[in-house]
Amino acid sequence: MSASGTTPAVHARRNELVRGLLDILPADSVLYEPEDLRPYECDGLSAYRQLPMVVALPSTVDEVQAVLRLCHRLEVPVVARGAGTGLSGGALPLTDGLLLSLAKLKSILAIDPVARTARVEPGVRNLAISEAARSYGLYYAPDPSSQIACTIGGNVAENAGGVHCLKYGLTVHNVLKLEVVTVEGERLTLGSDALDAPGYDLLALMTGSEGLLAVVVEVTVRLLPIPERAQVLLAAFDDVTKAGAAVGDILAAGILPAGLEMMDNPAIRAAEAFVHAGYPVEAAAILLVELDGSNEEVSEQVMRVRELLLASGATEVRTAQDEAERQRLWKGRKAAFPAVGRLAPDYYCMDGTIPRRRLPEVLARIERLSREYGLPVVNVFHAGDGNLHPLILYDVNQPGALERTEALGRRILDLCVEVGGTITGEHGVGVEKLAGMCTQFTPAELTQMHAVKAAFDAQGLLNPGKAVPSLHRCAEFGAMHVHGGALPFPDLPRF
Amino acid sequence: MAQDLTQALAERVRAAYLAGTPLAIVGGGSKPWLGRPVVGEVLDVSDHRGIVHYEPTELVLTAHAGTPLAEIEAALAERNQCLAFEPPHFATPLPRGEGPGERVKRAATLGGTVGCNLSGPARPYAGACRDFVLGVRIVNGKGEVLRFGGEVMKNVAGYDLARLMAGAQGTLGVLLEVSLKVLPRPAAELTLALEMDAATAVARFNAWAGQPLPITATCHDGERAHVRLAGAEAAVRAARQKLGGEVLAEGAAFWSSVREQRHPFFARPGSLWRLSLPPAAPVDLSLSQCIDWGGAQRWVWSDAPLWEAARHAGGHATHWRAGRGEVFQPLTPALLALHRRLKQAFDPKGILNPGRLYPEL
Repeated sequence: MSASGTTPAVHARRNELVRGLLDILPADSVLYEPEDLRPYECDGLSAYRQLPMVVALPSTVDEVQAVLRLCHRLEVPVVARGAGTGLSGGALPLTDGLLLSLAKLKSILAIDPVARTARVEPGVRNLAISEAARSYGLYYAPDPSSQIACTIGGNVAENAGGVHCLKYGLTVHNVLKLEVVTVEGERLTLGSDALDAPGYDLLALMTGSEGLLAVVVEVTVRLLPIPERAQVLLAAFDDVTKAGAAVGDILAAGILPAGLEMMDNPAIRAAEAFVHAGYPVEAAAILLVELDGSNEEVSEQVMRVRELLLASGATEVRTAQDEAERQRLWKGRKAAFPAVGRLAPDYYCMDGTIPRRRLPEVLARIERLSREYGLPVVNVFHAGDGNLHPLILYDVNQPGALERTEALGRRILDLCVEVGGTITGEHGVGVEKLAGMCTQFTPAELTQMHAVKAAFDAQGLLNPGKAVPSLHRCAEFGAMHVHGGALPFPDLPRF
Repeated sequence: MAQDLTQALAERVRAAYLAGTPLAIVGGGSKPWLGRPVVGEVLDVSDHRGIVHYEPTELVLTAHAGTPLAEIEAALAERNQCLAFEPPHFATPLPRGEGPGERVKRAATLGGTVGCNLSGPARPYAGACRDFVLGVRIVNGKGEVLRFGGEVMKNVAGYDLARLMAGAQGTLGVLLEVSLKVLPRPAAELTLALEMDAATAVARFNAWAGQPLPITATCHDGERAHVRLAGAEAAVRAARQKLGGEVLAEGAAFWSSVREQRHPFFARPGSLWRLSLPPAAPVDLSLSQCIDWGGAQRWVWSDAPLWEAARHAGGHATHWRAGRGEVFQPLTPALLALHRRLKQAFDPKGILNPGRLYPEL
């Protein structure tokens, strides 16, 4: 799959593309030597790697338009890329394609503190928006765990979530307007600075479309006032069923926590050993409940949630006494993945979503499957919104372990779909979950998605082979494999 | 029973597809005026009703599209939950307007509400109808029954074709079933009235929205500013101290009158326009207007078309109860072309509510 294996035809095609690009871009913005292409060979899903034919780094919208016009004319496939932190291989390059990096489009164009919006280029980092808005008492709500590195363009492409989705929504709920460039190089405005726009909701359609419909070149997001106060409670349970029920009790009581996270015993132990967050290591499960709002509101709700947790059978309820303790309690959760990475040479991360009421059953069946396959599974759960991250521990050096892991992963995803859930809650389909799409959708539904794609990109040049499998690919399957804990961005908190 | 109805509807659409017969989709028939007139065989979906599944602890409700909105709201209220986007019903006879529905009480349905993407006063604070759509089951223009999204809050598998149905007015598919995120009702609610002109009110609404205040509705009805506080008891109390003004005894009635357009502002002859604008857009004090949604939705009486004015202000207009002519802001040629291709992708023969949104769709 390396560039050295290219045929003369590919070589000629590359030369033609490079020549065309050099008419549009400065020489240092066009990369084609194998050593220059190497940094782009994968995104956060590092099990899949291949070098792109060429990388282009435009720094203006005009340049993006010109590059897309060129690729359209030459019929060269285009894969757009932000920071490359995605976890499903959505930015995996194509050996015969252009990798279009939006990294140089990284200006915050305007912050309007009155209308509470930020207009930014796609290469702006998620956290940079909140940092720029802070002096106005505002912030950008969606906070994927990789927010210090991931870019807003990528967030839009993946409809990124975070730990505060239940209360504050996903990317789609927090974007007002997009400037996009179509595969023909035409610039379109989707959404508006008002709260809605005439015609079809193309803003929603574009969000989460994984780079298959158009290239995002500008994003206007809505900003929210920073809550006066945030408070976190930790509750320990001797039984995961009780912990799951407690989540339902809190929501049914009319309280909408900003964050609601659950970890099972192996996850608790791993996190505690790693960051010493002060977690109760004997507990079968813990819940972290974050409440935010005005001072008065948070005080009132902390008391109510405490009572609810105790009534639901919590063996212990702790309230963070200060900001330092709040940060420490969250640190354990945010470090859960690297912590699990210390338990085994490799782990494989799933991203299903399930109706929460099915949690006890799903966990029991995952445990049975885990025994059946002889592979330990650790569970971390965005309990508020049902997004379950089972981590399968394995050692790639043991014969057959990889195949067994993939098979177990498939069974877990099928289980998520079976109980009424979905194969991916927040990581996207990319190249990783194409097979799961075949479980979740009927051929007619997949065909409808292809028709939508064709309405934007009749020749299928934008990120081909990702997100929506062709009907004949419906038997293939991939996975996120982490070897020796070595992710491309090892220092990033995840999930 | 429901499956039989689904099958029957799908077969009707399939037959219409084969014959090329245009269909006019009708639910409760409460808002025929919110769109251009459709010429076609009536496809009545109002029998396809009933709540399929409601789980309060999951904050999710799924119902057939023909279910009356009132039935859904009653079921939610029993469990102290609500549709946080507060959809209007437009059910009772309105003081003015055309159309056969005037004297008959017609019930808004879930399908019609989602199809029109209708949201009430809480919209800028809680989100729009489309924000609460989690999944749909539809019949596309070929008579195929398709399901997109689901009953879970987080779902990024495939394109978000469920949300795309919100506001598409049935032109991309006949809604059969919708799953919505629902929310707890606030523990306490209070409405304040403050004396100020509309321009001051819009400036104030925007400033408040930038502070962590429990505000869930703001409106200047041409006379005074109104603010609804909602949330935990203590939070509402504290905010009330901060904002001042006079407590409105009939607060709930006020918001319902604005939402349902029974407020006196709407009771006059003439041509009504809905302007959807950036919330801080300048206020023209010479206009007779009711400003809702923290400044982002403005109702204006005007005999002259306001398309250009709305576009100039950074938003768009809707000609409310137009009777004839265009209802929705014209699209740019490039966007219209894309809309036509999308329409084609779902409804290749153009049989679903043709012309309801635009003549070309």
